Amino acid sequence: MNPLEIVVPVEATGLFQYAWLMIAIPLGVAAILLLGGKATNAWGHWLGVLGVIGSFAVATALFVQMLGAEVADRAVQVSMFDWIDVGNLNLSAALLVDQLSILFALLVTGVGSLIFIYSVGYMAEDPHRRRFFAFMNIFIAAMLTLVLADSYAVLFIGWEGVGLASYLLIGFWQQRRSAALAAKKAFVVNRIGDLGLLVAMFIMMALFGSLNFAEVNQAADTASASWITAIGFLLLLAACGKSAQVPLQSWLLDAMEGPTPVSALIHAATMVTAGVYLVVRSHILFELTPAASLAVCVVGVVTLLAGAWVGSTKDDIKKVLAGSTMSQIGYMMLAAGIGPAGGAFAIFHLFTHGFFKANMFLGAGSVMHAMDDDTDMRHFGALRKVMPWTFVTFGIGYLAIIGIPPLAGFYSKDHIVVAAWERGMAFGALAMLGAAITAFYMTRLMMMTFFGERRWAKGVHPHESPGIMVVPLVVLAIGSAALGMLLNSAIQTWLAPPTGHHPHATALWEIPWQGWATLALVLIGVGVGYLMYRGEISFEQPRTKNPIVYIGRNDLLADQFNDAVFVRGGGKLVDGFQAVDDLLIDGGVRSTTALATGIGDAFSRLQNGYERRYGLWMVVGAVLVSVVLILGRLA
Amino acid sequence: MDNVPMLTILGLLPLIGALLAFVVRGKAGRQLAMAVALITLVFGLVVFFGSADSDLAETVSWIPQIGAWYALSLDGMGRAMVLLTVILLPIVLLAEWRIDDSKIFGFEQPRWGSNVFGGFALLLEGFALFVFMSADVLLFYLFFEATLIPMFFLVQGWGGTNRGRAAMKFLLYSLAGGLVMLFAVIGVYVVTARAGQPSFLISDVAGISIGGTLEQFLFIGFFVAFAVKAPMVPVHSWLPDTAEQATPGATTLLVGVLDKIGTFGMIRFCLGLFPNASAWATPLVIFLAVVSVIYGALMAISSKNLLRLVAYTSVSHFGFMVLGIFAFTTASVTGSIFYMLAHGFSSAAMFLVVGFLLNRRGTAEIAAFGGVQKVAPVLAGVFLVSGLATLGLPGTANFVGEFTIMIGAWPTQPVAVAVAVLGTVLAAVYVLWAYQRVFTGEVTEQTEQHITSDLAPREKLVVAPLIALLLVFGFVPQPMIEVATPTAQATMTHVGMSDPQPGSMGGK
Repeated sequence: MNPLEIVVPVEATGLFQYAWLMIAIPLGVAAILLLGGKATNAWGHWLGVLGVIGSFAVATALFVQMLGAEVADRAVQVSMFDWIDVGNLNLSAALLVDQLSILFALLVTGVGSLIFIYSVGYMAEDPHRRRFFAFMNIFIAAMLTLVLADSYAVLFIGWEGVGLASYLLIGFWQQRRSAALAAKKAFVVNRIGDLGLLVAMFIMMALFGSLNFAEVNQAADTASASWITAIGFLLLLAACGKSAQVPLQSWLLDAMEGPTPVSALIHAATMVTAGVYLVVRSHILFELTPAASLAVCVVGVVTLLAGAWVGSTKDDIKKVLAGSTMSQIGYMMLAAGIGPAGGAFAIFHLFTHGFFKANMFLGAGSVMHAMDDDTDMRHFGALRKVMPWTFVTFGIGYLAIIGIPPLAGFYSKDHIVVAAWERGMAFGALAMLGAAITAFYMTRLMMMTFFGERRWAKGVHPHESPGIMVVPLVVLAIGSAALGMLLNSAIQTWLAPPTGHHPHATALWEIPWQGWATLALVLIGVGVGYLMYRGEISFEQPRTKNPIVYIGRNDLLADQFNDAVFVRGGGKLVDGFQAVDDLLIDGGVRSTTALATGIGDAFSRLQNGYERRYGLWMVVGAVLVSVVLILGRLA
Repeated sequence: MDNVPMLTILGLLPLIGALLAFVVRGKAGRQLAMAVALITLVFGLVVFFGSADSDLAETVSWIPQIGAWYALSLDGMGRAMVLLTVILLPIVLLAEWRIDDSKIFGFEQPRWGSNVFGGFALLLEGFALFVFMSADVLLFYLFFEATLIPMFFLVQGWGGTNRGRAAMKFLLYSLAGGLVMLFAVIGVYVVTARAGQPSFLISDVAGISIGGTLEQFLFIGFFVAFAVKAPMVPVHSWLPDTAEQATPGATTLLVGVLDKIGTFGMIRFCLGLFPNASAWATPLVIFLAVVSVIYGALMAISSKNLLRLVAYTSVSHFGFMVLGIFAFTTASVTGSIFYMLAHGFSSAAMFLVVGFLLNRRGTAEIAAFGGVQKVAPVLAGVFLVSGLATLGLPGTANFVGEFTIMIGAWPTQPVAVAVAVLGTVLAAVYVLWAYQRVFTGEVTEQTEQHITSDLAPREKLVVAPLIALLLVFGFVPQPMIEVATPTAQATMTHVGMSDPQPGSMGGK
């Protein structure tokens, strides 16, 4: 470990002192919307939009400021106040604005602003639109706390805060039982992951006496390797929960119960990628533990394939996209596990994915809007003619995610495939296979939704969405198309200090052999998808005997497993405890009580009606004693 | 100001108020009780802030023959508990404002009027304040037992059909614990007498190193009484029954204030007077604490009644506090004291909000609700916020407590913390599952019939300060941490422990 590579942030001056406004503005807006009640119904949604745009403005100003600063001064610490300070425990509420966190803040508030604007149209008919915008602002505030934290402790506040926002928004239509169940599941599964972060913090505090990123990094090599490995695995557990990585993936598919803008912002573009952020932010710890780093790579590869598998079998357009999100985050995780060489690429892919996946989710929302909230692709077909804007913007997102040059996904994914190949042949080959499957299921989605014959249900008359929804789609589509080319080499230099990355110039037209091979596999995937889904598609989902399809449709049987082991097994265990509590612990007491109650009843019969007077005398006595004591003292 | 016995006045105010409330019948009595509670709140705040920079201790010889003193003093922990008590009292009185209204569901016909409820509540407040301020073992013991009387009548007088049995069970449990403690109190006298000068002053007793089996016996005497109070598994079973039968206001006082005497006593008496025996008993106590955390949470998950559910969450949370106390680090003990305060507010919010449901529906059975959010969104909102505090979400005071306890206890008790941390996942399950069953889904027929109104202004006024306090202490806990720290440091000195240095565990 070269100690020079550890960045120690400088104290905030000038504009940076106001970084907390990014969090305070949306938080204040949420408070106004929640406490203001019905009085704010008329304009609440516009105030909600202003909240995130305000944050975006601050983030942009800080970004410009940072561009003008020396590289050494780009990591800035913004101290606020002492949070908990007792004994050896010393936690302050402080923010860290550096190249990594400002990039993430721009993504959250920038894509967030577009999604908020889109939501004004999408949620127009909902009677609780104000509450929706309040919860969305809570999310923005929590997410920015997460990425701007300067310590694991403050990060954890944001980490659980986004979990809360996610819970509230998945269950936004909580009259629907499935939505309420999905919300609870998301929170509980996330909490299992949070255990990892909690215990990791306990260990770090005992080892280093601090939870501050810079201080932990500086002290990292004083700890024994086994403890560092433990921390690595615990952080990975946390990342798995938040980022829906195997084995804690089961909540993300259910989370699609939430309104589609929520799926776009929280469950595609930003929150679910927080696990990747955590691993990249902790890269100095992971560099010290090969075992945990390898585990990160393995989790990434397994999830990228598992997500693609699920995505290939679902008929629900949002669930296909959710499987795809899992899979793409798998790529990021794989890159993050590779170490400094991959960390910057993980963030690059995180950034471009934020654009093209938000683009496609909002596109799916536009389709649902047109199809009376139907999400079954078997009921779509031929929508390209009636929804040209949605079709074109979605199409750009499609080309970006499968990695057609020169769109964004091509560059960001290509780097990961190459880095994976250098990490190990198996990783590289499986990442390529994943790219082929991605091309297949996304082509399937395009064919079933926009091409072929119309299979619309009776009474459905699809139409293009209003301008307020189309404009964000267009902006996101432009981002999906251009960001790869724009950022390809700049982002590596920019992220070098926080990720420990050593950039080597990569020209836009230089494509290594892995890139060509991936491209060939992608084209095969597209071809297979086209051939399989160009024909007639049945309106009802056909039953299947194919185990691969069956397992994919049932979310890899995760629910069946959880139900059998935790819900039913746990339920029996807990019911057993109830019986023990009633019979053994309380029963022993009760036999005594029975006797005593008998005596007590007799006693109360004797004293019936006099309890009050009894109490009265008690007080008189107590007061008298006290008065005597005071008098005695004065005497 | 130096000669004014501030602490005595603070304790006497509610007692005198109680006396008046018993005498003044009807609505005037109820208003009088509230007025006294508010005056006590103001005076309590004066004492809380005043005791920060001046010594308010009062020491008067009481029965010199046996070395009994009328001695009051306030340390950081005492100040925190005084603050909790004086804040909760008016809130509870406001929540139970209509307790003798026969139109209110959920209760059997009350035995006495609302002025009597106010009287007993004030009586309880006065005794509890004296408990927290006592600097003399005998004085502490007397008030400790005295609190049982108003509590007994609060349970006996208002609540469900089986409240009489519940009150008796509570009383017998507590008396049994208290009796064991009485032997130990006498033992304290013997010890000091043997040392030359009989004295019950805590400072005198703490100055004597007892040692050996005697110290262990005395420790057990005190600890058993406190374990019953704090409800620790396996002496917890009185709490769910009492909570189910008593009115939520009475339960709030019981769990929020009275049960704190358990953990309060452990710090002040078990650790303060019997340090060697405390260290000796630590493995067993830690084991029971962790069992309480997990067992309480599991029982809460499987509870079918909201009041029992909240009671079991308290069993789980008291487990955390005991874990922090017996982990012997400055951070963990401070965390426990902080958590005592936070839990006072969060459990009050939970119990009182469940009370709102109970008043509308006539029962707190979970199955009797469904879809309530749609008809009473504000009620649903305050339940959820209280629940999120209960499950220890960061940004609420409970998180600060749990987190400080666990991160502080990790270096000395890693295994116990690693198990107890599972309680945070179980907490998410019991809170959110309850929310899901009561509030989400389509509006059920029974909900539509019974839940006809959202929160009234009075009810909003009850929960608003609690939620505000939970959030303020969650985001800005440091001032209260600083109040609690001196007690923790003094305790650490008593037990002769020092904080483990970073890196002492797992360094290279």
